Amino acid sequence: MLEIDNLSHVYGGGTPNAHHAIEGLNLSVAAGELLCIVGPSGCGKSTLLRSIAGLIRPTGGQVRIEGQVVRQTPDNLAVVFQDYSRSLFPWMSVEDNVALPLRRRNLDKRQRQEAAKEALESVGLAGAARKYPFQLSGGMQQRVAIARALAYRPTLMLMDEPFGSVDAQTREDLEDLVLQVRGHHQMTIVLITHDIDESVYVGDRVVVLSKAPAHVVGDLKVHLPGPRDQISTREHPDFVHLRAEVGRLVRGHATV
Amino acid sequence: MSAETLAPLRPVSPATRWSRRAAGALAFAALIELVSRTGLADREFLPPATEIVWRAVILVTDADFRTHALTSLLAWAIGLAVAALIAVPLGLLLGSVPLIDAATRSVVEFLRPIPSVALIPLVALVIGTGLQHRVALVVYASLWPILYNTMYGLRGVDPVAKESLRSYGFGPLAVLLRVSLPSAAPFIATGVRLAAGVALILTVSTEIVAGRGEGIGVFIFFAGIAVPARMDAILAGVFWVGLFGVLVNALLVAAERRAFRWHHAQRGEAG
Repeated sequence: MLEIDNLSHVYGGGTPNAHHAIEGLNLSVAAGELLCIVGPSGCGKSTLLRSIAGLIRPTGGQVRIEGQVVRQTPDNLAVVFQDYSRSLFPWMSVEDNVALPLRRRNLDKRQRQEAAKEALESVGLAGAARKYPFQLSGGMQQRVAIARALAYRPTLMLMDEPFGSVDAQTREDLEDLVLQVRGHHQMTIVLITHDIDESVYVGDRVVVLSKAPAHVVGDLKVHLPGPRDQISTREHPDFVHLRAEVGRLVRGHATV
Repeated sequence: MSAETLAPLRPVSPATRWSRRAAGALAFAALIELVSRTGLADREFLPPATEIVWRAVILVTDADFRTHALTSLLAWAIGLAVAALIAVPLGLLLGSVPLIDAATRSVVEFLRPIPSVALIPLVALVIGTGLQHRVALVVYASLWPILYNTMYGLRGVDPVAKESLRSYGFGPLAVLLRVSLPSAAPFIATGVRLAAGVALILTVSTEIVAGRGEGIGVFIFFAGIAVPARMDAILAGVFWVGLFGVLVNALLVAAERRAFRWHHAQRGEAG
């Protein structure tokens, strides 16, 4: 579904302060997979996501989605950013926020509204359609951002530290929301996080990146009994074992 | 956020705010009344406030004065509208295409400091002293605040907001119109409000310098050259100009508060 071949990206190439964010990164994601990417902070996770989304042009290598080389933003892709308060449009109602990207689809206004309503319902925000983002809590705003991505019906959803700015309780709720919506929608999800527990809890597979310049240092399948549950999954011996392994991989490359 | 560290601001209700402003205006009027009635200032030069206001009220019944006022209003409104129609798209262009901004910067920086009032006689020579004279000068003067606020507003547009729309496959023009323009709208509106004041100054000044045709400035000009000068008529004309300025400003502030509630909420101000 998604193939990343020998990807490299250098900021400020040719200057003395050139920063090698990614170097020789290879990764392949199967359709329907929920892949978590973890890595030490500042390791180039966001650069990787932006390259996949076609928001930046990598300086080396290529990204292919369904066999197509990504040159600009692909049509079947949605991104959920960490900073929901900046990613949502404050001058639009919640429903209009969710409906806006659907202008890229062949839908009339009525169909766009319907799709937005449906998506809001699926994230538990049916009652907030006419509200404005600033009238909602952080967790609810991130739900709106997720609804916006879902309404677009992408085949690939990218999430950039989507729960990095909410409190612990909300974070757990949103993790479960992601697990729940992927059951209903056929899509591949790539979730970037710096939270090791989260990566193991949410993912089918966890890929660990090195510190910058980022490349893959670990690739683990997560086999945990489903459905996942915030309490019992996290006390499962396999969970404990996996999180320790991921932790060692992250840490081993986080320190010099 | 820093509510603990800052002394709490006592919220002032609109009613209190307006009554304070009214009290200030009344006190000022009372001072003029006193200075004039006690003979501290010559009554010929400073009639009492009550006389000025009475004279202003009487003027409304004067058909000639109404024509003067409506003519000024027309020049003001056309000039302001044309300025906005030029300055907003121009600001969007200069604010989003650095190359064009750099290429035009020296011309803009040369033109901007020229006092518009200094151009009044020059423009009169070129296009005469009719409506187009006033409109041209109002447009020129009103252009700057709108242009600069548009460009300033564009600089503050959140890159994450732009990227969000871009990630759904929208092109640069769609991002400009759907994200940058609404983001900058509160700043553009402030620019228009500032320009509304500038436009009023230019309308009246141009009329006074032209000294013919219709307009409140023309009315003031003739009251000034009458022998003896009609100070009460001059001040009554000024009274209407000032009142109009205050009302327009209050109206625009109220409209901004209503339309940009999200903007104030985001900046943590009371909506």
